[in-house]
This record gives sequence, structure tokens and C-alpha cells, in this order.
Amino acid sequence: MTDSTPVPDNEIDDQGIIQGVEQLSPEKIERIINEVLSEETGAKLKVYVDTCVHCGLCSEGCHYYVSRDKDPKFSPAGKVKQTMWEIMRKKGKVSPEFIKQAAVIAYTQCNLCKRCAMYCPFGIDIAYVLSVVRRICHRLGVVPLYIQDTAHSHSVTGNQMWVKDDEWVDTLMWQEEEARDEAPNLRIPLDVEGADTFYSVIGPEPKFRAQLIYQAAMIMNAAGEDWTMPSMPGWDNSDMCMFTGDYEMMERLKKMHFEAATKLKAKRIVMGECGHAFRSVYDMGNRALGWKMPPIPIVHALEYYHELFSQDKIKIKHKFDRPVTLHDPCNIVRGRGLHEMARSVVNSTCKTFIEMTPNREHNYCCGAGGGVINCGPPFKNARLDSNKIKAEQLFAAKAKGAEVVIAPCHNCHGGLEDIIHHYGVDMELKFLGDIIYEIMEKPEE
Amino acid sequence: MTDTDNWDWETGRKPVADLSLWQESYSYQEEPFASPDGETVASVVRNEDEEFTVATQAAGKEIQTWENAYDKVWNLKYGPDGRLSALISDMAEWTVSTDDTPWENTYDFVWDMTLTAPGDHIAVSAQKELQYSAVIDDIPWETQFTRLTGMTLSQDGKHTAAVIETELLLEAEIFKFRKGCYSVAIDGTPWKQTFMNVWEPCFSRDSSHVAASVRTNYRDYTIAVNGKAWDRNYGSVWAPVFSPTDDSVIAPVKENGRWTLATDGGKVWDTSFSQLWHPTYSLDGNRIAAIVAPTFGLWTVAVDGIAWEATFNEFLTDLVLSPDGQRAGCIFKHDGMWGVAVDGKPWQGRFDMAWKPVFSRDGNHVAAKVETNGSYTVVVDGVPLDRSFSRLEMPVFSPDGSRLLLRGVEKDVYYREIVDLG
Repeated sequence: MTDSTPVPDNEIDDQGIIQGVEQLSPEKIERIINEVLSEETGAKLKVYVDTCVHCGLCSEGCHYYVSRDKDPKFSPAGKVKQTMWEIMRKKGKVSPEFIKQAAVIAYTQCNLCKRCAMYCPFGIDIAYVLSVVRRICHRLGVVPLYIQDTAHSHSVTGNQMWVKDDEWVDTLMWQEEEARDEAPNLRIPLDVEGADTFYSVIGPEPKFRAQLIYQAAMIMNAAGEDWTMPSMPGWDNSDMCMFTGDYEMMERLKKMHFEAATKLKAKRIVMGECGHAFRSVYDMGNRALGWKMPPIPIVHALEYYHELFSQDKIKIKHKFDRPVTLHDPCNIVRGRGLHEMARSVVNSTCKTFIEMTPNREHNYCCGAGGGVINCGPPFKNARLDSNKIKAEQLFAAKAKGAEVVIAPCHNCHGGLEDIIHHYGVDMELKFLGDIIYEIMEKPEE
Repeated sequence: MTDTDNWDWETGRKPVADLSLWQESYSYQEEPFASPDGETVASVVRNEDEEFTVATQAAGKEIQTWENAYDKVWNLKYGPDGRLSALISDMAEWTVSTDDTPWENTYDFVWDMTLTAPGDHIAVSAQKELQYSAVIDDIPWETQFTRLTGMTLSQDGKHTAAVIETELLLEAEIFKFRKGCYSVAIDGTPWKQTFMNVWEPCFSRDSSHVAASVRTNYRDYTIAVNGKAWDRNYGSVWAPVFSPTDDSVIAPVKENGRWTLATDGGKVWDTSFSQLWHPTYSLDGNRIAAIVAPTFGLWTVAVDGIAWEATFNEFLTDLVLSPDGQRAGCIFKHDGMWGVAVDGKPWQGRFDMAWKPVFSRDGNHVAAKVETNGSYTVVVDGVPLDRSFSRLEMPVFSPDGSRLLLRGVEKDVYYREIVDLG
């Protein structure tokens, strides 16, 4: 770890980064870097960078490092060394080529999963340091194409999938109609002012996974929930702008989301099974706007399911009878401590639960989080090669008899699905909502 | 702008509809809505033919059902003039129906139903064959666009504006995006200028100007009026607001990490805040109030740049100025409970939820709907009324401010009640 030159990677084929870098000059780089460092960072960044004693204890905490044959350049400290240390040491006088490599490292070689912070003897939040690198890259216009497009979609539509206003409402009505075959009076209540619960989802649900909205409606209906969904933008709780470093847009999105809920006078927001969105509404976005905590309570789906069973709100016909294992999503476990609640729900719904190891807050990231999967096809192979350890973890759970992996997070689903296919793990993947919908008693059937 | 002068303000409670009979009459019924004067109640229902329609009932009358029924009925809404409108769909064709009379034109989808303050004009956003436009009173724009959002209706009901895509932007065209593919169209005619992003268009009082917040590149935000951007850029901006008396525009702007209120010429307020949004003018244009966070995590109201001393630690919303502009009210959330604050002083009660305060015409009285454990009542000048409902609409003051109209449901009966505030 003496070489301070960024790692060259000739395999990069991302036009967002390549064309972004073509528009840079050393002067612009220096100016933007110093603006970000002086106006947006302070003691926190300096303390993190100055405190690191380069002990390397973070290395084993990183799935990239472990999966990449312990190559030091993939260690958390190694990634900081190749990016922020160099940026600060040179006071922003770095080259466009440096920014290109820094963007690749910050956006695609770190999931911002914060596992390494647990192994750092000083608790240095390396994900924060790499987020500052992303912020610089955003301000320079050097962002991977696919996630940049997603951020653009957020800015135009308020959702991450370019879903138009009419398409959103139409999808809800379509799911309501479908569900009425099972429960004739089921309603997906739009814009009901004064409902207790405002239910929000992420953009991919209406776009690709509309059955999850159907299932949620069936569950809410069975539980007798007083709930609503908004017809207007603000329905999407997700936030790729948080991951590109476009914090102004993150603020705009979170304002839109919370105001959609408070306009309807909801007492709480229940959100679907998404991890990064939880990070955005519970930590990053709300605080960027000036709220210490979310202005109205945020209830992750996992907490909501726990409420269903602990308060006997729904009944099940029988437990799910195939052996399951559970993937702990970073943002709701390391970020919120919901791991025991998750186990309670799994034990309430599944006959045989097999732990994967390590687990709870020590679980390995799926490799998709932090917007890495959203960087798209140009980085897919590298992403999968960088999470061999996750495949080994799944194989070990499978060897103990697990057939189904439960992942209560959308990005985790995407990441684990790719790993299962890539490494031939041959396990089925489910959301908790899939299982609850399958085994619950449906009042009007 | 509801005309309350001719309403029945005689004190007393009048049962209008026994909603349990509605439940017996229909296999499906949505939540009831009361007309502005409280004389009738309406709801989306499903009839014997398994079609959706609208049921209404007035005091002493039978339940009436619209003659027309549809595959879907959505967004049922009483206008300020008492007319009842909804978005309806038959055979996948959508339009607006008012008092059971549908518009002639149909679309593949309509949404965003917006009414003028008197209720005499209705606008919707519409999509037909994947082309988008706005429609006022059944007359669509002559020009369509590939994307449309944020539709707004002018105060006189004669114009609509919306954010539109000026040329088709395909997914992953990030460099084309940066050149600016969005603008504002007014009555179908876009501004000549395009921007990277445009949000929240709004009309001036006389409908002759339109302002919107815009982003010109990843770091520069500003306000555009009639397509022309302000000279200054900011780190971020929130929605602009026109003065009610002239064509000037104000907007919250972020500069050096702090928020203040600005106009095209510079700052409106000398003070800055950790957050500032939802500025609102008094009707005479002489006062401006806004929701602010003087420091991180603490919220209050600032009037003409001066923040109230009282702060609230979770949330503040629904800011409103009295008609004469002399008083301000809002609702807040503090330590997990909701409350009402007027003129810088929080009222005593704490609730599970509170609604936007309503001022009497002379500004002497304030009322707010509140909820505790599913039971709704109204707090008037800080004192809760001695009655409660399982469902309650917003209270309305009599023209002289001495009485209050309550429209609520108790034990499945919808009541209209006039309370003397004596």
C-alpha cells in the first residue's frame, strides 16, 4: 500500500464516466473539489482521514477484498487511499484520469454497506468518506450512465423508473382490479385523507413487480388496516440521488415523499421491503432537510410484518414448509437494528429457519447496495466477481438444508438473484411479503 | 371562495343521511364526502350490476344514485359551488363527470382534477395514445407532449400550465438530458427556453405570468418567470409564489448552506434559516409568512423574516394567515403529539392529528379540526367543542364569525350542525 496511483482499469466501458471525464479540466476539478471540501465537509471528514492508522483491520470486513483474493486495493482503507487521501493530499490538484478511476472505485467498488466500520478500531465510517468522493464526482458530472439516468428520472418524475403520473395510478387500479378476483371488496385506497397509514413503495414495483403491490393490498386488507396510497408524485420512497451524490435532488425527493404523506394527514408511513429507501427516509434525506428524525414515523415492511403477528392482526393457514435462510439487509440491520425482529417474523411464518453465517449485523452485503447494481451492465461482471463470499455463504446455508433465501430488500433481491445465477447456487429467492401472502388466511376467499 | 352568506346558519343539529342504510343498499361503498354547505352527502358506490356510480342524499330525502354507472369512478369531489365531480371510466375511456353529466371528450387516462376557487372551471391532465395535454372544461390543448406533469390552473380558470418534455428523451440519454429537454407549456404553448429540470409552475393573480423553479445544471437552481431565468443562481430553491397584488415573485433560496427568501432583485428577508419553505402572502400582499427551521431540527413560523420564539421539535405544516394578514396559524408536531399554534403561541391541547387552522372572515376566531383515538372534534380559539364525531370535515365559520358549521358522522349518521360560539 505504498503506491498512491489509482488502479488502472482498462475494462471500463461506461459512457457516463468516459464522456463525463472528457469534459473536465484540471482547473475545474480543483475548483469543485475544494468547494465540496470547504463548504460541505468539516471536522468529520478530517478526523476520519487523520485518525486512520492504516492497520488494515477493515480489510476482512469488506466482501470486495475477501472475494478478490485479498487484493489490498479492494480493502476499504485501500479505496480511501486511492481516492480521498490523494484528493486531500494534493488539495484537489488531480487529473481527469484520476477522477475516472475515483468514480469507478466510489460508485462500483463500495456498496456503502458500513460493514467495515464495525471492524475499524476507531469506528471510522469509510462509507461516508467514499460518499464524499461520489459527491465530488456528481458535481463534476462523472457518474456511471445507468445510475445517472435513474437520478434524472427521479428529478423529472419523482420516481426512479420514469413512471408517468398516469401510469402510476393506472397500475394501482389494475392491481386493485386483479385482487378483487380474490377479495371482491378490496380497495387500494387512493388519496384518502386521514388514513392512519400511508403506504409507499419504490419505482420498480409499479414498473416490474406490480404483484408486490397486489400482495401488500391483500395483507393490508386482511389486517383491516386504515391505509392509503397517493395518486400524486411522492409515492416513491427510493433515492438513487442519495447514491450519485446529488443531495439537492435527494432533498427534493424526500420533501415530496413526506409532504405527500402529511398532506393526506397520515400518522405514519409504512414502506415496502426496500433497504436503501429506508436509509434515505430514516437517516440521510430527512436530516438533509432539517428533521432530526422522520417528521412522521417510518415503519419498514419488516417492522410492519412484526406488528401483524405480534398484535394478531392476520392469521396464517399454515407455516411455509420449505426450509428458509435469511439475508440481513445492511440498511435495516446495521442501519436500524431490525435483525431480531426479522427472525421473529421468519419464525412466525416459516417451519424451518436455517441461519446463514455470518449473520445479523455481521452479514455480508448482497453486492447490489449503495447504488452499485444501478450502475448497470457495464459493471455487472465485476460486481459478481466481487461477491464470491456471498455465494459461499449461500452455498453453506444450502448445505445445511436451506432451499429458499428470504431477502426483505429490493436491491438485495437483485444482487442475490444475480449471484444465485452466476454461481449456480440454485436457491429460490423470496420477499417476506411473498411468504406472508402465500400462507395467510384471506378473509374473503 | 365559497359563498357562505346564503347558507342556513340556524343553530342546531340536523341528521342528513343514515349511512347504515347505504351499506344495506350497496355491496361496496367508499368514504362519504359532505357538500360545502353540509346539506348533502355523497359517496362512490357499486350498484346491483356490479358497476360503480355515485350515491347522494340530502336531509329528509331518499338516497339518489347517478343514472350513469361506470367501470371505475375515482376522485369524487364537491366543488365550492356544491357541484359534484368525479373522474369516470368506461371501456378504458376516461373523462370527467359533473353532477352525472360527463364531458364529451374521452381520454386514455385523466387525473389531477383541479377546480377554481368558485368551482366554475375544472381542469385535468390527460393522456391519449401516449400523448399528453391539459384540458379545461372539456377543451383539450391543441398541442400534445410526450410527458406532462405538475399541471396548474389559473385563478380565473381560463388557462392551464404544466411542465412538459420538449423533445422525446429516451432512457439513458443522460447527455441529451443535460442540454435541457423540459419547459413549461401554457395552454399548450411552451416557453422558448428549456431547462434541465422544471418544477412547480404557478400563475400570477391575473394569469398573465407563469413562474417555475428550474435547474440549469447540476449545481445551479433558480426561478424562471415567463421562461426567463433570474439573474442569480442558487444552491437550491423551493416553489415560487407570486405576490397577490403585482407580478413580483418570491421563492425560498439556498445560499452558503442557509435558506432565505429572495426575489429577482435579491433578498426579501435579511434573515436566513437552516430551512425555509412554503412562503405565503397575506391577501393584501403586505405580509409574508413562511415555515422555517432557525436551527437544525427545530421548526417555527417566521413572519416578515422574524421567527416566533416558540419552536417545535418534529414538524410544522399547514401555515395560514388570517384574511386581514394580521394573524398566523399552523399545526405542529412536538414530542410525538400534534398541536395547533396561533400567533406564536401553542394551544394547550395535544392530539393524534390536527388539521389546518381556519380563520373567521374578520380574523377574530380560529378553529382547527383535531383527532384523538379516532374521535374528531374542533378546537375553537384553543377550546375544544363538547361534541365529537367518528368522521368530520373541515369546519366553516359563518360570515360574521359567531357560528360554526360542523359536518360529521356519529354512529353511522351523517349530521349537519351549526354551533353558536356565543
